[in-house]
Amino acid sequence: MFHIYCPHCAEYREEEEFHGAGQAHIARPLDPEACSDKEWGEYLFFRKNPRGLHHELWVHAAGCRKFFNMTRDTQTYEIKEVYKIGEKPSVVAE
Amino acid sequence: MSDLNVMTPEESAATKAAVMDQVPGPEIQGQSPLHHAELESLAKQGPKTGGVHLRELKLLGHLTLRCNPANGDQLAAVERVLGVALPLQPLTSTENGGYSIRWMSPDEWLILVPGLETFEIEAKFRDEMPGHYSLVNSSGGSTVLELSGDNVLEVLKKSTPVDLHPKEFPVGKVVSTLFAKSTATIRRSGEQRYELVIRRSFSDYIWLWLQDASREFGLVIDA
Repeated sequence: MFHIYCPHCAEYREEEEFHGAGQAHIARPLDPEACSDKEWGEYLFFRKNPRGLHHELWVHAAGCRKFFNMTRDTQTYEIKEVYKIGEKPSVVAE
Repeated sequence: MSDLNVMTPEESAATKAAVMDQVPGPEIQGQSPLHHAELESLAKQGPKTGGVHLRELKLLGHLTLRCNPANGDQLAAVERVLGVALPLQPLTSTENGGYSIRWMSPDEWLILVPGLETFEIEAKFRDEMPGHYSLVNSSGGSTVLELSGDNVLEVLKKSTPVDLHPKEFPVGKVVSTLFAKSTATIRRSGEQRYELVIRRSFSDYIWLWLQDASREFGLVIDA
């Protein structure tokens, strides 16, 4: 079980209150019409699956219902940091 | 197109929503989601002593307000309408007589008012609030249960994963969390008193759950 700090509620809560929503920082192509099928397909369907640091999007589903980002180590399950949408992560892979 | 946050009074008036008086008077009988449980007759017939007391605060007005906490004009307008400021700190609440405001998220608050005053307060908000905001009457979607007594903490601990230790959960704190596989907004309203805002469709389930969870301490229904 994770013990997750919600940056909006400003306290730690149990994992069962949260939902993971996959990889964070996926930018939608500015001009979808101009994308090739490959670019659009990669935007829609292809996600990273790193061993180690991973930036993820989470939602505090049973609490404040806000989304936020989390940097997590997929190998040790350690949560490195949480940060709000629009902020830059301070912990990044080499 | 004008900026929604700097509208003139005329523009603001033009955006006024149609407001319906859902409970026009006391002569119209309302039924809470727990009407079928007949809590009034249980209060008369049931046990008078026990570790947990349950009371339904039924047919209150539930108003969901969303606005910008950085907009001083909006904060002042709320204070004019309710006589009390919005709680801006996370997980806090404020109250003024029969009015209480719960922090739900950084830009969302739940305002509970006496049922028959709901329309009047909603109309006042429409007159007073400047700029871009949302006020929704969600009275029919939820109900409030008040739990109190010597063993209330034990019952809550069985039902929710949040830390309820008095150090972590002072009087006035509000959390939205899981409650017995459903969800609830729990507010500590007194030393041994908690208010649960629960969903209408889960109210029967939570009523059954609470009866079961408090059986070992003795459940007293208060009217």
